[in-house]
Amino acid sequence: MRHMRKSAGVLAAGAVAALALTACSTGDGETPGDSTDATVDAVEVDCADFEQYGDLSGKTVTIYAGIVAPEDTPYMTSFEPFEECTGATVDYQADKQFEQQILVRAQAGNTPDIAIVPQPGLLAQLVATGTVVPAPEGVAANVDEFWGESWKDLGTVDGTFYAAPSGASVKSLVWYSPTQFEENGYEVPETLDDLMALTEQIAADGNNKPWCAGIASGEATGWPLTDWMEDMVLRVGGPDVYDQWVSHEIAFDSEVPTQALDAVGEYLKNPDYVNGGIGDVSTIATTAFQDAGLPILDGQCSLHRMASFYAANFPEGTDVADDGDVFAFYLPSEDSSTKPVLGAGEFVTAFSDRPEVQALLEFWSTDTWANLKAAASSEETGGGWITANSGLDTDNLVNPIDLLSAEILLDPASEFRFDGSDQMPAAVGSGAFWKESTNWITGQSTADTLSKIEAAWP
Amino acid sequence: MTTTPPPVQVVLPAGRSEGDVAATVRATKRRLTSPWATVAAIVLATVWTIPTFGLLVTSFRPAADINSTGWWTVLTNPNFTLENYRTVLATDSSQSLLPFVINSVVIAVPSVVLPIFLATLAAYSFAWMQFRGRDALFVAVFALQVVPIQVTLIPLLSLYADIGVAGTFWAVWISHTMFGLPLAVFLLHNFMREIPGELVEAARVDGAAHVTVFFRLMLPLLKPALAAFGIYQFLWVWNDLLVALTFAGSSNQVAPMTVALFNLTGTRGSQWFLLSAGAFVSIIVPAIVFLALQRYFVRGLLAGSVKG
Amino acid sequence: MNVADKLVAMVLALAAFAVVIGLILFVVSLLERRGARRVAWFFVGPTVLLLIVGLLYPAGRTVVRSLFDAAGSSFIGIANYTAIFSSPDQLVVLRNTVLWVLVTPFVATLVGLLYAIWVNGARGESAAKALIFLPMAISFVGASIIWKFVYEYRFYDPDVRVNPEQIGLLNQVLVWLGMQPQQFLLNQPWNNLFLIVVMIWIQAGFAMTILSAAIKAIPAEITEAARLDGVSASQLFRFVTVPAIRPTLVVVLTTIAIGCLKVFDIVRTMTGGLYGTSVVANEFYTQSFTAGNQGLGAALAVLLFVLVIPIIVYNVRQLRQAEAR
Repeated sequence: MRHMRKSAGVLAAGAVAALALTACSTGDGETPGDSTDATVDAVEVDCADFEQYGDLSGKTVTIYAGIVAPEDTPYMTSFEPFEECTGATVDYQADKQFEQQILVRAQAGNTPDIAIVPQPGLLAQLVATGTVVPAPEGVAANVDEFWGESWKDLGTVDGTFYAAPSGASVKSLVWYSPTQFEENGYEVPETLDDLMALTEQIAADGNNKPWCAGIASGEATGWPLTDWMEDMVLRVGGPDVYDQWVSHEIAFDSEVPTQALDAVGEYLKNPDYVNGGIGDVSTIATTAFQDAGLPILDGQCSLHRMASFYAANFPEGTDVADDGDVFAFYLPSEDSSTKPVLGAGEFVTAFSDRPEVQALLEFWSTDTWANLKAAASSEETGGGWITANSGLDTDNLVNPIDLLSAEILLDPASEFRFDGSDQMPAAVGSGAFWKESTNWITGQSTADTLSKIEAAWP
Repeated sequence: MTTTPPPVQVVLPAGRSEGDVAATVRATKRRLTSPWATVAAIVLATVWTIPTFGLLVTSFRPAADINSTGWWTVLTNPNFTLENYRTVLATDSSQSLLPFVINSVVIAVPSVVLPIFLATLAAYSFAWMQFRGRDALFVAVFALQVVPIQVTLIPLLSLYADIGVAGTFWAVWISHTMFGLPLAVFLLHNFMREIPGELVEAARVDGAAHVTVFFRLMLPLLKPALAAFGIYQFLWVWNDLLVALTFAGSSNQVAPMTVALFNLTGTRGSQWFLLSAGAFVSIIVPAIVFLALQRYFVRGLLAGSVKG
Repeated sequence: MNVADKLVAMVLALAAFAVVIGLILFVVSLLERRGARRVAWFFVGPTVLLLIVGLLYPAGRTVVRSLFDAAGSSFIGIANYTAIFSSPDQLVVLRNTVLWVLVTPFVATLVGLLYAIWVNGARGESAAKALIFLPMAISFVGASIIWKFVYEYRFYDPDVRVNPEQIGLLNQVLVWLGMQPQQFLLNQPWNNLFLIVVMIWIQAGFAMTILSAAIKAIPAEITEAARLDGVSASQLFRFVTVPAIRPTLVVVLTTIAIGCLKVFDIVRTMTGGLYGTSVVANEFYTQSFTAGNQGLGAALAVLLFVLVIPIIVYNVRQLRQAEAR
């Protein structure tokens, strides 16, 4: 029986303390060998479980991904039991320009064994190069057991299942300050009407503008707006219409998308509502998304719609908790009877069917791995990683935001939908949609914006 | 692409010599240093210098000050720190740009040496050897200067992936060498033709082999030309963004400073304490090279006119 | 790789190169000793080989690629090219490129020329020149950061209590003049001009250097004679200086124009081509590497190629005429 390596305890304690996670103390003060802690108990690893993979000594599996330091270390840690029990070596390499490089490498036939692909659209492009191998039986079985149909579909191209999901994130979140809400008597809204009423109330109170937003992100400038719009399509049209919109069965400039973008505009294009602590509407275009939610901390802004991973952008010492400096609530739906959730995730794609690669893929799709990874992330980076694997034990999450996200993801009432721009063809999903959204916030009309994106659809 | 425009062939007005130039200077000195010209020159020089100066001052200010007050307020409220440079050049910080500085050096040296040497060899054969198709080939090499590197990038990227050097220093070295060759051959050929033919002929008649002539006679005489092109190519490579972005990716294993700074402006555009210090770390090397060797560089730029 | 590994890799690469070249030259001298005469190919061979592999072959493939669709799977003829000249977004790209090529060379050359004349023969001439010249040593990325800081904008609203101080010089100047600060990089279409300023700032030094050499080469007798005839400074400029350096002016203008056609770094670093500021070279990169349309990207690269050619032909023709005179 092996325990997880805990040599990163100092770092983890630092990171956890930095986040001042008062609600959860699992990571704190832990010493090596202390196995009474839930974080570690949950992921005890038995080498007997690995016997099915056989002896893989001397074999190497190469992984290529866009996840760079410091988020890469929990990945390496999560593979250690596999390496120790099977004798195989896992060689993890990351590059920020992964998304460009992997396609070029695949077209040239120079592929790694495994790639962590963050978008279904990119997965489809990779499959089109003919280098991706279908997922082994064992992986398919695990995905059936732990994820379910909709996630499996995301890893399927033209009827063949290729890639198992791994990490996930929740995008339908609105960041706010619990302290500020309490002082002013604001309440977390339950419906979209409540959200608008709250917005009006904050604006009327006049202490600060209600919303803050920023969409600058280098090459990808505009993507936070595409997330906003996707969330609104999900709410205005519902998940089915959302699917039709993403797969282009309805036009990009048809009625529902138009209503959805206008709904975004009611918040973000109203000079009375934005841009709290930053400036006027035009500053949304030039503010880095990393900076855009920070005015919440000094009471200059009350609401910021951004994915779960935004937690990492608050400075050290920020109390992220439902009674702390900042926290997030689920972006409500039209009425509380439905719960559409916008999110994203990454897919484990293999380019080789060598036994050691298949073995790692299978291990990667288990609940054991999911818990190992969650625990490693909790220890080494203070959290920031969740998965939709239903075998995930939420005791392995230390970060309140991770807990909230996992709750939303694993809630049976939730209707999860994957980030649409990640599934659309690149010419739209990472081209016209980003660009025209940016033009929209700097003054272009909704009709012009949507018809230009429609025209860009290949 | 780079800041540095390619050396150009300049035709200067006919009938002058070094002596005439001196005479012109004396003649114009009396007339053109009018007070208005001086004032205008000072104004322009000030306008041209202030942007750089402002960022330089900023790089020595504490991060909090940078974001709350303009750099010109240092006049009334001087408050300086080396902290920004410490962050940028730290050996153990994730924000450190030091690995990228090293990469810039590692990229630059072979990317300057390789094309110079290959081009000198080629230029020698174009200038002093007889072979079939020589002139046509020289014109072809000269004409290749017009090919924008954009048209080559994607096929080269696949080629590098095929031979397994994608994302390594080799891809960057080879690319800079290939892109630098046409201009290098052309320039060095021009310089080489200025060497009196009798010198070469005499050596050849004495039975010296081409290799001997090349090393004993040509290389020493070509020193200024090699320096001129070397500086030019160095600035080109050091300041390049497109080639590095395409072939080196953005990991701190291979990517140079320009890529690191470019990524910073995209993702951390408001962190001026990082950007300002980082920018000056990247500017200082070419600025020193440039100012110290300005004479050679100008001569390189005026390559054509040396010939007259 | 750590620092030592990288340096070792560099030294090994240089050593490998030296060995290869050494071998080639060794073979050449062996052959020469045996009386072989055809050794030229050993000298010119490596260069020719690299140029074929590195420029000719890829250029050819890109031309072919430009006739295929985004995925590269089906032949679509010239559809990518018609897209460049018909889609509204691409037309903005073309408009901006034309603006860059028309504005930058003339302004940069004018500034460089005037400055060259003003400081000509003045005390401290070389130091004065170095100030204008120095931006040439700075990378486009560095220059973009310098100017981005000049243009930096802090929201300013007379009705709101908190008005942060401007940290960008240009907006502070506006405030001092009692005007509203501007989002210089955002407000279309003027933002293009603010990007072009950066290029002018860099290229003026180039123009000055070349033109200064040309001015100094004007025979002393001519200016001297004109001066004795009582010609004014502006007349001297118009009727003596400019005609005398005309061929040089053409070279400087065309060289800067070609640089502007290929401008990528400034646009990429300052705006990423957003807010209606994209140019052909930037759009090539966006289409090829982020929007996943390598067909259109290839067509844009070929267009760049095609646009450069007439400028170079004009340049060469002017040179020929000048030399013939």
